[in-house]
This record gives sequence, structure tokens and C-alpha cells, in this order.
Amino acid sequence: MTQAFAEQFARTRVGGSPPWLTALREQGMARFGEVGFPTLRDEDWRFTDIGPVTKASFATPPAGTAVSAGAIAPFAFGAHEGVRLAFVDGRYDPALSVRPALPAGVTAAPLSEILGTPAAASLLEPRLGTLARAEMTPFVALNTALFSDGAVVHIPAGAAVAPVIHLLFVSSGEAAGTMAHLRNLFVLGRGASANVVEHYVSLSDAEYLVNAATEVDLGDNAELTHYQVQRQGPRAFHLAAINARQGRDSRYHGFSAAIGGRIGRNDTRTVFAGPGGECTLNGLYLGRADQLVDNHTAIEHREPNCGSRELYKGILTGRSHAVFNGKVLVTPEAQKTDGKQTNRNLVLSDGARVDTKPQLEIFADDVKCTHGATVGRLEQIPLFYLESRGIGPALGQKILTYAFAAEMLTGLSIDPVRAQLEALVAAWLE
Amino acid sequence: MLQIKNLTANVGEKQILKGVDLTVNAGEVHAVMGPNGSGKSTLAQVIAGHPAYTVTGGQVLFEGRDLLAMEPELRAQAGVFLAFQYPVEIPGVTNAYFLRAAFNEIRKAHGEEEMDPIDFLDLLEEKLKLVEWGPEIMQRAVNFGFSGGEKKRNEILQMAVLAPKLAILDETDSGLDIDALRIVANGVNKLKRPDSATIVVTHYQRLLDHIIPDFVHVLAGGRIVKSGGKELALELEAKGYEWLESGAEALA
Repeated sequence: MTQAFAEQFARTRVGGSPPWLTALREQGMARFGEVGFPTLRDEDWRFTDIGPVTKASFATPPAGTAVSAGAIAPFAFGAHEGVRLAFVDGRYDPALSVRPALPAGVTAAPLSEILGTPAAASLLEPRLGTLARAEMTPFVALNTALFSDGAVVHIPAGAAVAPVIHLLFVSSGEAAGTMAHLRNLFVLGRGASANVVEHYVSLSDAEYLVNAATEVDLGDNAELTHYQVQRQGPRAFHLAAINARQGRDSRYHGFSAAIGGRIGRNDTRTVFAGPGGECTLNGLYLGRADQLVDNHTAIEHREPNCGSRELYKGILTGRSHAVFNGKVLVTPEAQKTDGKQTNRNLVLSDGARVDTKPQLEIFADDVKCTHGATVGRLEQIPLFYLESRGIGPALGQKILTYAFAAEMLTGLSIDPVRAQLEALVAAWLE
Repeated sequence: MLQIKNLTANVGEKQILKGVDLTVNAGEVHAVMGPNGSGKSTLAQVIAGHPAYTVTGGQVLFEGRDLLAMEPELRAQAGVFLAFQYPVEIPGVTNAYFLRAAFNEIRKAHGEEEMDPIDFLDLLEEKLKLVEWGPEIMQRAVNFGFSGGEKKRNEILQMAVLAPKLAILDETDSGLDIDALRIVANGVNKLKRPDSATIVVTHYQRLLDHIIPDFVHVLAGGRIVKSGGKELALELEAKGYEWLESGAEALA
């Protein structure tokens, strides 16, 4: 498989990339050539067997896959949608995108489009590959070498863009064994704010690979609400990395929903690069059949007076397997850090498995950091309470399981995402 | 309506009920009183089918059916309602959803169609008046973050919506201030029907100032040691339980 990526890479190099990008891609390919795919012997992958990914073979599909507007209608956000950038099998699709005029200075465009403009030098060159670095994971390295497109969002200083920026990544399943490497960059200037949703959807049950890397650069006092919703097909492989850098007093509200995919792995990292920042990393994951869902998160407190709140909840049934690893680093400078991490898992079957691990590395003394993890079944007394009102155990279990998930959904500020996820979770329970 | 014969029950290895006999007819209000640890709450919860208790002997018939052989939800569908001493908080489920689900499950058990959501709202509006609540309570999660008094009122609201034949109030007066007590008692009184019965389990007499019982039973040491009319409650208020507890030991 590694050979196939190298051949793919040779093809990717053809064309008029700027020299800095060619150099970046070469670094990525070199890094991937060096480390190859991770194995269970790698500490960060010891519960996550990606054998099925490495054994399959994937290729970038030929251009020109036509997806109808009707096919993606269920994923649209209606009136809440400010901008929609749609990508099909890794390529920007203008026909499925919705791009009204944006306020002056605001950019929300496909990376392929930006590359041909002066913004490539001012916006992309100084940042791309600096936050999601090739050495972070082999898949980020591969992404750096091979990314075909992605979204660039730039909100200049002081601008507030309330309507949702919807990044819709569609896997068509038209050709078997496709792969898509997507690269996103969000840059918010000082005091800017925006709402961005990365939405990964599938139109088929085909086997395919999506490998996404998102870089987020938040200026001082900027505020970003950033959801990543993964609803890939049942045989899909989904790998996604988010790497955020937070300036002074900035606020990052991250939420991840992982629902589909045979194997799904998220590596989410945020770094406090200035004092006074806050972040929320929340997540909901559902596993059934033989799904593997892995969330690796890292919050790096490198400056004083920052707060982080992290709550990931999972529901597992069948023979599914969930992995959660929550790293919280507090460097000696990061005094007055206030961190709280929680991971709760609801296990509905004997065959499901959860590996959860907090990883707190605290080198400052005046900090408040807590963590907690639970793995358990539904409690008997609430079930009895429902039974005592005439609701039998089958329905009672559904209601209480839904309620467990609902805690993660009720607080979502982007309404159409909440509504779609509520329906998805309810359907999942049927 | 309800016949309890020589009922014995354990929690773990410990025997709590040591042979309870009680008959309740339609239209009657019975008070079961007794000191702490006498088994009153156990009796209430065993009738509802609480999983913490094991029935070791005896019989409970509800309208001639063997209640103890029925799953808890079937007991509820048959018309048995327990107002919990400690109502359970269910974050993530709204009161509205919960009540409608329960209401419709009971209807389905009787071979009826689910009620139209709009009609259900009308019904709810009427029942909310009974506990002096506005509709906003319906969007809150079931009992989640409710005060003690709100939780008890919510139990009475559920009782009003589900319209059971047999309502058992387990220490519903505990933790209530005087206003909440009045609202709860008023709700219970208004819900009385000629074809329904109520069992009020309580430690104190004060609830019985508002809900007038036809019969008062004293449970002590896992048995009913004395039964009488409503005046027995006043006697207990004046004399305490000690004089009866010594009697219970003599019986044991």
C-alpha cells in the first residue's frame, strides 16, 4: 500500500504548485516513507488496529463524479447555512456549493481556488503545515503529501460571521476503494468569530478512505465554534486530525460526533499560545457491530489562566470498540490552569469494549485539574422508575440511552446540527 | 381491589416484611403508618415491583390477578401507581416526552391507539392545573434539578395523567413545606374516584389532616400490628409508636 501512495504522490507533484507547497508535500511524503503506517506497538495506536486500512488498496478517483443536489439535500442546514462548500470524493464541487457574497475581507473558499490567488502567499504559506505537522501522525504526513483540496476560512480581525460555514465532504461510493485527503485551514483574526461545521457524509456502503487534517489559528480574543460530524458509511475508514492554536483570551468550542465508519480515528489537539484562553472539547461517539471508534485528544496549557472543559460520551453495542485517550499537558508557565476532563461510556452489550485513559502531565503547582472516566451499563433504578410508569424495559432502555446521548446534543448552539444529530441518534437506537 | 395475604419480603438476606395482611376496596383511602424501619416503604415498593426486594412468601392479588407474577410495567399498565419517596432524576428526558410515553404505553396495553400529541397537550394542560403548575415544567428534564417539593408535585402530576386504579403514596409528605403539602394533598383528593383506591404511607399524621383516611394501619416490625379508623392516626400522634412496637415484639 505504501508503494501505491508513493505513485500517487508522483502524480500529485505534476502541475503548477508553488515551490513552498511542493517542499511541504515532499516533507510529508518523506516523513510517511520513514515511519509508515502505525502498528499496535506504537503507544498512540496500541488499542487501534488499523490493519484493515493498510491491507486495502485505495486510489484517488477520476474527476467528474456527478452527485445530484437531491442526494445531498438531507445534509443541508436550510436557512442557517451561510456558506456551503461541497466536496465530492476529495474534489471541490461548485454545483453543490452555495456561496453568497461574504462581508468584506471574509474568505470561505476551496483551497484549490485560493492557491491561484495572492492569498496563497499571505494566508496559506505562513500557516499550512505549521499546526498540523507531518510528524504528528503518519496520517497527517500522508495528508500533507497528498491532499487534493479542502476549505480555507479566513475571518479578518473584528469580523463576526454568525451564519454557519458548512463544509460538506461527500463520499459518493461511485468507484470502489477511493481515497480522499482533505486539508482545511481556519484563520480568525483578533476578536473575530465564526461557526464552522465539518460534515463528513456518505452516499453508499462502499469501502473508502477519508483522511482529513484541519488547522485552526485563533487570534487574540477570537471565538470559534467548530463541529466535526462524521457519518461515514459502515465500511469506511475515517481519519481526522484537528490542530488548533489559541491566542490570548480566545475561545474555542469544539464538538465531535463520530457515528459512522468501520474504523474512525480523531486526533484533536489545542494549544494555548496566549494567556486567558478557554476551550471546550466535547464529543459523542456511537459504536455498533464491529466498529472501532478512537478519540485521541490533547490540550496543551502552555500559558497561565487558561481553562479547558472536556466531556466525551460514548455508547457501544455489538462487538464495537471505543478508545479514548485524553492528554492534558500543563507546562510550568501555565499557572492558574483550570482543567476538567470527563469520559463516560455506556456499554449495551457483552461484546463491546472500551479502553479509556486520561493522560495528565502537570508541571505547574498552582493549578486545578480533574479527570474522570466511567464505563458502565444502564442503571437499574431509573429503568425501574420508567417501568413503574408502564414503560417496559425495551423502550425504557432506548429512552435512557437516548438521554445519555442527549446531554451532548442539547447544548449545541448550531441548531441544524443538533436537529440532525437528534434524529440520527434516535434512528441509531431503533 | 387489593388483597395482600401473609406477605414476606427480604432485602438481601434481611427479612423486612414478616407476614403482612391488608385488604383495600375500591373507593377507600388507607393510611399505613409506622416508625422508621418498620417496613412501610418496603411494602409500597414490593407492590410496585422494585428490584431491590425479594418476595419470599405470601400473595398479592390486584383485581383478582397475581400481581407478584407480573413485571413492574405490567402492574403499572394494570393500574397500580407508586408515588416514589425519592423520585428518580432522568437528565436528558423531558417531562413532556416521559409523560406522553408512559400514557401511550398504558393505552397500547389496553389495545387503544396512541393519543394525538395535540390532544395530549390539552389533557396535560388540565392536569397541570391540579398541581398549580404552568406548562414550562414540561420542558424540564424529569425531576432533574427539581427541589424536593417539585419532585413530589411531579409524582402527583404523573398520577393525574396516568389515572391509576390504585395509587400508593410513599412518604409523599416528607420534605414538603406547608404549601407544597396542600397542593399535593389537594391533587390526591381531586383524583379520588369511586372505582379507585389510595394507600398513603406516612410516618406523620400531618398529611392525614388533608387526605382523610377511611382506615389506618400501623406497621411495626414487618407486620400490621393495629388497624382502626382515622382516629387511630391522632392517637399515634399523641402517644408515639412505642406502645405498639413493644406489642410487635411480643407478637414476634
